[in-house]
Amino acid sequence: MKNELEKLDVYLKELGEIHPDAVGKVGQEVDDAVWVVGRDRVLDVLIWLKDKGFDLLLDIAGVDGLHLGRMERFEVVYILYSIKENIRLRVKVFLPESDLKLPTATDLWQSANWAEREVFDMFGVTFEGHPNLKRILCHHEFEGHALRKDYPMMGGQWCSSTRDLREDLDE
Amino acid sequence: MNEREKQSSDSPFGVNPGRKEDIAEDFPREEGGFGVSFERLDEMLLEDLDTEPMYINIGPIHPATHGTYRIFCRLQGETVEKAAVEIGFLHRGFEKMVEIKPYGQVIPYTDRLNYCSALVNNVAFCKTVERMLDLTVPERTQYIRVIIMEIQRIMDHMICLGAALVDLGALTNYWYFFNAREKLNDVIEALTGARLTYSYVRIGGLAWDLPTGFESNVNASLKTVRKAIHDVTRLVKRNRIFLDRTIGVGATSGEEAVSFGFTGPCLRASGVPHDLRKARPYYHYDELDFDIPIGQNGDCYDRIFVRIEEMHQSLRIIEQALKKLPGGPINVDDKRVTLPPKGKVHGTMEGLINHFKLVIEGVQPPPCEIYDSLEAPNGELGFYIISNGSSTPYRIKVRPPCFYTMNGLKRLIEGGMVADIVAVLPGLNVIAGELDR
Repeated sequence: MKNELEKLDVYLKELGEIHPDAVGKVGQEVDDAVWVVGRDRVLDVLIWLKDKGFDLLLDIAGVDGLHLGRMERFEVVYILYSIKENIRLRVKVFLPESDLKLPTATDLWQSANWAEREVFDMFGVTFEGHPNLKRILCHHEFEGHALRKDYPMMGGQWCSSTRDLREDLDE
Repeated sequence: MNEREKQSSDSPFGVNPGRKEDIAEDFPREEGGFGVSFERLDEMLLEDLDTEPMYINIGPIHPATHGTYRIFCRLQGETVEKAAVEIGFLHRGFEKMVEIKPYGQVIPYTDRLNYCSALVNNVAFCKTVERMLDLTVPERTQYIRVIIMEIQRIMDHMICLGAALVDLGALTNYWYFFNAREKLNDVIEALTGARLTYSYVRIGGLAWDLPTGFESNVNASLKTVRKAIHDVTRLVKRNRIFLDRTIGVGATSGEEAVSFGFTGPCLRASGVPHDLRKARPYYHYDELDFDIPIGQNGDCYDRIFVRIEEMHQSLRIIEQALKKLPGGPINVDDKRVTLPPKGKVHGTMEGLINHFKLVIEGVQPPPCEIYDSLEAPNGELGFYIISNGSSTPYRIKVRPPCFYTMNGLKRLIEGGMVADIVAVLPGLNVIAGELDR
């Protein structure tokens, strides 16, 4: 674990030479490194990390920090893993409620395709350039975003029609 | 008018299709053969026919899907030209529901994620919360967790392989596996009292200790399991139908598999030797002797045989862990997570307060964020938990291995035949409960 953090420090220095000030804040939560990156720099950082060997995008998690009182309301967390170096890293982006947009990472990792669709479905974050940004877990007639904190816990909706998947074929 | 033309004019079709010479004149004969050339035949038929692409819909309720999801294909002949996958039919809102549940009450919900190996989900969740609280569970608990996780891995692979082979038409294997699985199920039932949703693991330990005779029961059932694996391997290993239908079907390269986020047996079948039990060992996995089987081509055949080999390795792990199983307590001695003994509750004020605080408020991890994962039978099962210091989690994000395997399904089946979909699907072992959460 200590070894991992040391390696990440080296990476951070290397990244700082190419993209200075890209990583705003470096945190450490229960032994795991967290890099907080600005929204306009996130794609640069992700491309750099992909080249550096982070070949497995484990997950993209959305967070609605309505009651957390952090910098901005929404957070998108990329959980990356390097199989070769055995390092896990979280890259976090804060997004204001008024402008929920991020560049897509589908060109870097294919797993970003469904992961981004899920974040869009649950929180309404738009990923620009995504090949097929549609709801994935909720029904296509569903209104609102279920995992936002202001969505009611018992807010069920009646959705019945079947989606025509022909438009998804040529994704 | 010769005799043949006379007969033809009598027939309403103009020709007599039953007569050999009628076909023979329309279609070319093979040189030296006695039939028609089937390659030309296809082309000629396609020229005549109206060949619009055909759309076919498989699921959400279909015997071959083993769960509720929908695959929509555009066919060219019998080849899948394009495919689209729709999921979400089993979406229960796990992540929303658990936001109002105390940590302890999340455990039964995790049972319903991958219901083929519920104990692994229990352990994965509890391990994450324990790391938030900076707890180390007792040695005995760690070994028991290893044993039950490996038993569940075998059970999960048995369902996967049994179903996969049934879909290829090999029903016997299903019975062989399920007879042995029943024995393991009895062991787990004696331990937990349940047969599907166990909820046996607790934060900081286990619900109760092993029952008497557990070790001998496990050893007896492992014999049946070993025999079942042996029987099935012998049945399929050189079976021509099985080999023809799986070798080279739904193949991915290692690079592509990593890009799709494959983990577990599906990734290892593509030749990437990544296993969290080796890469980031937990619960003394680094002290146990076992190997990581990998495939070469990442096709259906490799995915099935990697699972079979993993079952052998799990057997080895269980046997070693049973031998090393130490005595001692099963719950961590920490008043934040474990109820005090009844003597203390009834005898001392602190014990009573501790009991009531824990029952009313539950476990309260400090404010932090964590991502932790372990090697579930299907791959990396991760929990990303944010705590704000209260007794309910602020946010839980599950990283289900199936979700990313399913993401890659589209690429695996495009370009293959319709029948290959049925061969590819069960080999991926997509469990809808985990996929849709």
